Amino acid sequence: MTRTLLEVTGLSKHFGGIRAVREVSFEVREGEILGLIGPNGAGKSTVFNLVNGVFPPSEGKVAFLGTDITGWPPYRVVRAGLARTHQIVRPLNDMTVLENCTVGACFGRLDLPLGAARGLAREVIDFVGLGDRADVLAGHLTIAGKKRLEIARALCAKPTLLLFDEVLAGLNPTEVERMLVVFRKIRESGVAILMIEHLMHAIMSLSDRVVVLNFGEKLAEGKPHEVVNDPAVIEAYLGDPDIAKKLAED
Amino acid sequence: MSIRKPFFWLLLVMIGFFALAPRVTGDFMLLQDLSVVVVSIILVSNLNLMIGYTGYVNFGNIVFFGLGGYIGINGLYYWGWNPFLSALFAGAVVGLLTLLLGLGVLRLRGPFFALATIGVLEATKAFVSNFEPWQGAEGINLPFSVFDSVGGLANVGWYVYAALVGVMAASLFLSYWVKTSKFGLGLFAIREDEEAAQVLGVKAPLFKALVYAMSGVLPAVTGTLVAYKEAVIDPEKAFDLHRSIEAIVMLMLGGQGTIAGPILGAVAYEQLRSYLLTSEFFSHFHLIIAGGLLLLTVLFVPGGVMGWLYRQCPALRSILE
Repeated sequence: MTRTLLEVTGLSKHFGGIRAVREVSFEVREGEILGLIGPNGAGKSTVFNLVNGVFPPSEGKVAFLGTDITGWPPYRVVRAGLARTHQIVRPLNDMTVLENCTVGACFGRLDLPLGAARGLAREVIDFVGLGDRADVLAGHLTIAGKKRLEIARALCAKPTLLLFDEVLAGLNPTEVERMLVVFRKIRESGVAILMIEHLMHAIMSLSDRVVVLNFGEKLAEGKPHEVVNDPAVIEAYLGDPDIAKKLAED
Repeated sequence: MSIRKPFFWLLLVMIGFFALAPRVTGDFMLLQDLSVVVVSIILVSNLNLMIGYTGYVNFGNIVFFGLGGYIGINGLYYWGWNPFLSALFAGAVVGLLTLLLGLGVLRLRGPFFALATIGVLEATKAFVSNFEPWQGAEGINLPFSVFDSVGGLANVGWYVYAALVGVMAASLFLSYWVKTSKFGLGLFAIREDEEAAQVLGVKAPLFKALVYAMSGVLPAVTGTLVAYKEAVIDPEKAFDLHRSIEAIVMLMLGGQGTIAGPILGAVAYEQLRSYLLTSEFFSHFHLIIAGGLLLLTVLFVPGGVMGWLYRQCPALRSILE
């Protein structure tokens, strides 16, 4: 029986009259990769923002490792071991890659002193394949580099669970393949991942389970091949009834 | 901060120069001129903690200096305390008040924070102008008896100057320590992107309040020392918005976010200002020139003198911090 890391129950968020997320519940278990998919505007990023405390939910509960973290500010959530990346990358532009990652290591779960944080940051930078860019200003990286940096910074917090918000979007096929290698290495190191992704073949090949959101509500949940064969999911998101077959062939 | 770095020794040499130059020459005019420069270096260096390190523009920074002056004068004149002890007391009180204020005001970001700091300055000025125990808008004139403890009027300039150089050294080493500490790294992250910094674990509300308070302590100490030396303090002079803006000009000119920038900016600007103020033609326009200088700096050399130097010679980054 694996441990439940993250437990989201009845999560809702209203922005004025708009109900962005409605009564969403799911859980992430130790060591797994859970995919979160759905059409644009389905509320996927909002769920992330509610989980890591960018804003508090209107209703519902978020528990991490058995502790109720609902409404905690982001800096407290990351120290508890739940780190994230941003859909639109947010590098600290005027600081080097190493400094960016040192921030992550200094203020993450381990709360490291500066020297030790630099050491960890170097290790993680090598791990994600940015080793030769460590002393480059983050603002000068390519988009693929900035995405790697997002991952590296989050990893520096030594999290037990990572939230990846469309890390693969905007990357070319070669870069995607390289990134998938990094994902697998992260999973092998024992860190669980909750990922929002539109790239179905990545979801299919990496995820242990998939949750589908539509109009802020949970539409389906299950193994990747079950979900892509679900008629409701096909209608709402995938569009093409033959897509399951195509994805299976990939 | 490390004593193995050349920059550490460079700072010490510079501070040593300021400490000894008037002593060695015995030149009282030099003492006066250097006092003005030292005060500016203190104000600009501490302002840099907010603007250069954290990215929050404090337009009302002179409030620390003015309020510190009043609190210190209150200590040394009304309560008969030792003037230097009063100065430290003023620093502690202003630091504490600023910390409490910061926890509230720093919820504001960008231009709204900048506007609020002008509000804080003007509100404090209005309060002091109407505060009878401090003789309201009249201000407080000290009798010369307050100089008895340092051996009379002839000595006070020297004593205060020595104390000011000490405060300047403290300001510069504070800047140096913050820049090379974990705390400073958190501030830089806030400057670059406050949301991202919080997601990375930086406790931004606390960090901002701490650095805001930190940036107020030494200017407050300085406010007491200057008011004591001049034997007078009044609201117009103590809470002068122009001086706040001049401090920002000096910071931008020298190079924000660096330790040497405030020194270069303060020295250059004070040289320019003393020339302008004594020239017949320019004496009425010196603030216009200051404004123009700020505009030109921000437009053409946003990194100030230091940024320009770094671009000419990148190797300097490891020597001049």
